[in-house]
Amino acid sequence: MSTSSEAVPQRHRRDIDPYRLGRGYGAAGYGGRGQDATGRGAGGPASKRVIVGFGFWIFLLSDIVMFSAFFAAHAVLQTATAGGPSGRDLFDPSRVALETAFLLASSFTCGMSAVASSVRNQLWTQVSLLVTGVLGTCFLALEAYEFTNMIRSGAGPQTSAFLSSFFAVVGLHGCHVTAGLLWLGTMMAQVFVKGFRPNIQRRLLCFNLFWHTLDIIWVALFTIVYLIGGGR
Amino acid sequence: MLGKLTWDAIPWSQPIPLVAGGVVLLVLLAVIAWVIVRGYLPYLWREWITSVDHKRIGVMYILLGVVMLLRGFIDALMMRSQQAIAFNAPGYLPPEHYNQIFSAHGTIMIFFAAMPLVIGLMNFVVPLQLGVRDVAFPTLNSTSFWLTATGALLVNISLVVGEFARTGWLPYPPLSETQYLPGVGVDYYLWSLQISGVGTLLTGVNFVTTILKIRAPGMSYFRMPMFCWTALASSLLIVAAFPVLTATLGMLLLDRYLGFHFFTNTAGGNMMMFVNLIWVWGHPEVYILVLPAFGVFSEIFSTFSGKPLFGYRSMVMATLFICVVSFTVWLHHFFTMGAGANVNATFGIATSVIAVGTGVKVYNWIFTMYGGRIRFATPMLWAMGFIVTFIIGGMTGVLLAVPPADFMLHNSLFLVAHFHNVIIGGVLFAGFAALTYWFPKAFGFQLDEAWGKAAFWLGLIGFYVTFIPLYAAGLQGMTRRMQHYDVAAWRPWMLVAAVGVLILLAGGICQVVQLVVSIRHRDELRDVIGDPWNGRSLEWATSSPPPSFNFAVLPNVHGEEPYWEIKRRAIESAHLTPEPQYEDIEMPRNSPTGVITAFFATITGFAAIWHIWWMVVLGLVAAYVVFVWFAWRDVDEYVIPAAEVARLDRERRGARQAWLDAHARAEEPA
Amino acid sequence: MQRNVRDWLLGIALAVLPALLAGCSGGILEPHGPIGAANRLILFNALEIMAAIVIPTIIAALVFAWWFRESNTRAQYQPHWAYSGRIELIVWSIPVLVICFLGGVIYIGSHDLDPARPIVSQNKPLEVQVVSLDWKWLFIYPDQGVASVNQLFVPVGMPIHFNLTSASVMNAFFVPQLGSMIYTMNGMVTQLHLQADRAGDYKGLSAQFSGDGFPDMGFTVHAVPQNEFADWVAGVRRSGPVLDRAGYAELSKQDTAQPFTYRQIDPALFDAVVTRHIPPQPGPGTQRAEKAER
Repeated sequence: MSTSSEAVPQRHRRDIDPYRLGRGYGAAGYGGRGQDATGRGAGGPASKRVIVGFGFWIFLLSDIVMFSAFFAAHAVLQTATAGGPSGRDLFDPSRVALETAFLLASSFTCGMSAVASSVRNQLWTQVSLLVTGVLGTCFLALEAYEFTNMIRSGAGPQTSAFLSSFFAVVGLHGCHVTAGLLWLGTMMAQVFVKGFRPNIQRRLLCFNLFWHTLDIIWVALFTIVYLIGGGR
Repeated sequence: MLGKLTWDAIPWSQPIPLVAGGVVLLVLLAVIAWVIVRGYLPYLWREWITSVDHKRIGVMYILLGVVMLLRGFIDALMMRSQQAIAFNAPGYLPPEHYNQIFSAHGTIMIFFAAMPLVIGLMNFVVPLQLGVRDVAFPTLNSTSFWLTATGALLVNISLVVGEFARTGWLPYPPLSETQYLPGVGVDYYLWSLQISGVGTLLTGVNFVTTILKIRAPGMSYFRMPMFCWTALASSLLIVAAFPVLTATLGMLLLDRYLGFHFFTNTAGGNMMMFVNLIWVWGHPEVYILVLPAFGVFSEIFSTFSGKPLFGYRSMVMATLFICVVSFTVWLHHFFTMGAGANVNATFGIATSVIAVGTGVKVYNWIFTMYGGRIRFATPMLWAMGFIVTFIIGGMTGVLLAVPPADFMLHNSLFLVAHFHNVIIGGVLFAGFAALTYWFPKAFGFQLDEAWGKAAFWLGLIGFYVTFIPLYAAGLQGMTRRMQHYDVAAWRPWMLVAAVGVLILLAGGICQVVQLVVSIRHRDELRDVIGDPWNGRSLEWATSSPPPSFNFAVLPNVHGEEPYWEIKRRAIESAHLTPEPQYEDIEMPRNSPTGVITAFFATITGFAAIWHIWWMVVLGLVAAYVVFVWFAWRDVDEYVIPAAEVARLDRERRGARQAWLDAHARAEEPA
Repeated sequence: MQRNVRDWLLGIALAVLPALLAGCSGGILEPHGPIGAANRLILFNALEIMAAIVIPTIIAALVFAWWFRESNTRAQYQPHWAYSGRIELIVWSIPVLVICFLGGVIYIGSHDLDPARPIVSQNKPLEVQVVSLDWKWLFIYPDQGVASVNQLFVPVGMPIHFNLTSASVMNAFFVPQLGSMIYTMNGMVTQLHLQADRAGDYKGLSAQFSGDGFPDMGFTVHAVPQNEFADWVAGVRRSGPVLDRAGYAELSKQDTAQPFTYRQIDPALFDAVVTRHIPPQPGPGTQRAEKAER
């Protein structure tokens, strides 16, 4: 295949990554020499979109590491109920299933927003982001309802180490969703005011990555905390 | 209204912290007043505080590290003097004060002296060595720095407002729970580390991205200088380990603030989970610090031996080997937990396996010197001091990895001597070596060699006089963190160690004098061509100090030592390569985002420590507003016109050509 | 010339090391029990194995650096020599072999000297239950029905089996001249076996920082002949307070203590502390925490 920089279609230019292994792209990054890229960095620095997306992925990986520490704590403390209620007494599978449905659906609409923004459609981007936000809010509302119910019935985080770890790991995810909603609102305003500038596009890419990661973490959380924990 | 904060928070009855705090405050006010009166404030604000230039940020990191090193060293002086006199006597520091001092000493030295030194070096050197113009996320870089500074500030505020943790540098529960330490000391510790931890994590993300995605054309992985490899390994460790620290300290925060039961004695809490989690971060942390130090010495051994680094690929392998294995050894910090023979044996063997990587590195450095033409400038002296000291420290480390030996030496002064042996001998010596080595690159003139060598010899001798006695006292069963003691046999060692720390003080004074003398004689010490040490990697290809864009044209890399090649070719032909086509360069604009974010982080942290909840909310909201404001700006880059680039680069080329001509004349047969 | 330097350095190394070790008498290098002696042996073995490599390495570093100094015109400059497969092989295999050897020492040592492993002896071990409190040590002799604070009498030549726990924060029980240390942790029991081979008084201490009174958590181990030990027990039984729940509550106040003994004990006390039927020792912050919870 052709590897000269002219051969790269305009649409793909922003995705050029000279460090990508195994494929030869022409080098059009800044300072490039137009040499063949062979995954050895011949083309010089990668394009901005690649840098931002990659960097944000690294950040998300660190976030996953943080969650795994909380998961580890939960695994250790799962049986430390100190005479208090256990998962079997507390978890309501149908409500958790509904929460999961909301979050998974929001991930779908989030993906829709990515499609819409890549073709620079203001209306559909806004609509799908709004639906994502509404679904996320429903998820949070259900979680808040669950938390208040548990605390009212005397199963708050201060009752036992098991409940401490439960509230911490689920609450941490909830905090992430809250932060995500704040970000989502800000992005909607930015897209509305500034349109689809390259830096806004990159932020939308990061937001998408973030939101899908929350989904992945929720799937782990749902499995480990609710499904396995609910059987105990 | 002000939560737990009252006038009683200031230790009116304790003269030492009060006077110390007062003096620091006065000095700080004097400096600020001087800056304002002389009209430097706008310059500082424009060129430094809001700078997103990786070189400036690196310099500020190192400055922070050096200032905090001084603070930590004062703590060390107090500890050594207390232990020298507190034999069968209370000494001059009561326990509640002494316990804060050793906790603050460890915390400050690791998080606010060693880390800023290492990260500062990475900031300054890595983009230059990679032959590029900046890091991946320049504004984020500035934010990282200011968040680290926030943590340092909070720790130092604790000197006069409230107290610091009385737990040791790692707050083991249940001692650190509200039940046993209800004061704000542990909260100061937790919030300052959480805030600076975010900064460190973002630095890690930034440098992984920079090194993996932004390099000069042709700079493949196996052409990166060794320091970049170690910076990459260190950054990967930061990304993988610091989130664990954040999570662990977060759990302790939940325990202390909201009555959770992660680590409490009651309701099923598990204190050993804290100890496990904190060391899952803590052991990689050691390598986060020491791997870049290895990188520094790799550069120095090769430059001053006038040879390429011996066994480059095997050095890279050893680095990555250490990087991975460092996550599998954490339990050696608590063999005495009683985990059982198989667990202890596994972690003991894993620990000693790390020594393989380190051993390979040591041999490669030795063979780098073999067949070289070694110049014993100050950086090379530090490197020699390092190699001897670090081998000894490594040996005592492996000794402690043998569980039966650890059963006798755990938590003793032998352990204290060991980790000072590797951290001073490794990280601090590397810091001083790197400072001397890269100082001309940063400021355009070299440091005075005579004072530098005096500082080295005093530092080396002072180190051994201080820490060999601690090894001996540890072998006599003396445990760490003793405010007073009643065993006569320990006393002489404490007296010798006190003398040693005074020698170290003299060495420190030499460093300061060196700086002052060098600044006064800067014209004689000027580095005109930008390559004072006959260097081999790309940072020496640009001028000293480098222009804001580092390289007028990104260099094309064809081998492991690109600058050495360029220099050889230029010397052979007695001419530089033809002048390139200069183009406009886009650089990121400076931004106050970092410092403003840090300002609100300070407010939030301080308010959280003192339970001033309205202020916490205020700080968070303000931080969000800053983010949005930052995100809203339309122009984030500025253009340096090609003419300006050409002007600066022609200056550099002129100096180089003059040097080449002089060199050619000198080589000519008479 | 080169040989002279090497001999000289070797001489220094050989002179300094024993001098250093000799200066350290009285601590862990002068053990008076089998565990301490075995630990010391392992320590020395590991040190020797490593010193065999480390000392030549240090010497090589110094000698190479000196020989290849810029001013030495006799040294051959090889500016391009940066790789040798043979040397690489040696460079990797030396540490690997050392670690293989040392790994064996670690494996065997960890198993033979596991603190929970009983000492082989004809004598039936003496049972001692240890509770670390803020800031003192409580030693309970369940079979003798007595207890002591900050002093530990043990018969010479008889293995001692310790069960250890903590009433509050973590501590580490450590008698440097007898052998291994071990953590004490609330709600958990650790095991330790020690033995004193010679009569004498040995310093014991806590090796894990535990708060403001930590440096005063020292205690004395009195190793006495078996008959004297019996006399001591009989003497203790005659006088002193009783260690029941009330006595324990009194002891639990956060403070340091002088050595004293209890003539009688509540045999279920240790288990009650471990299982937290007696709640953990209150710290200074308990009242505040309770208030906050309310």
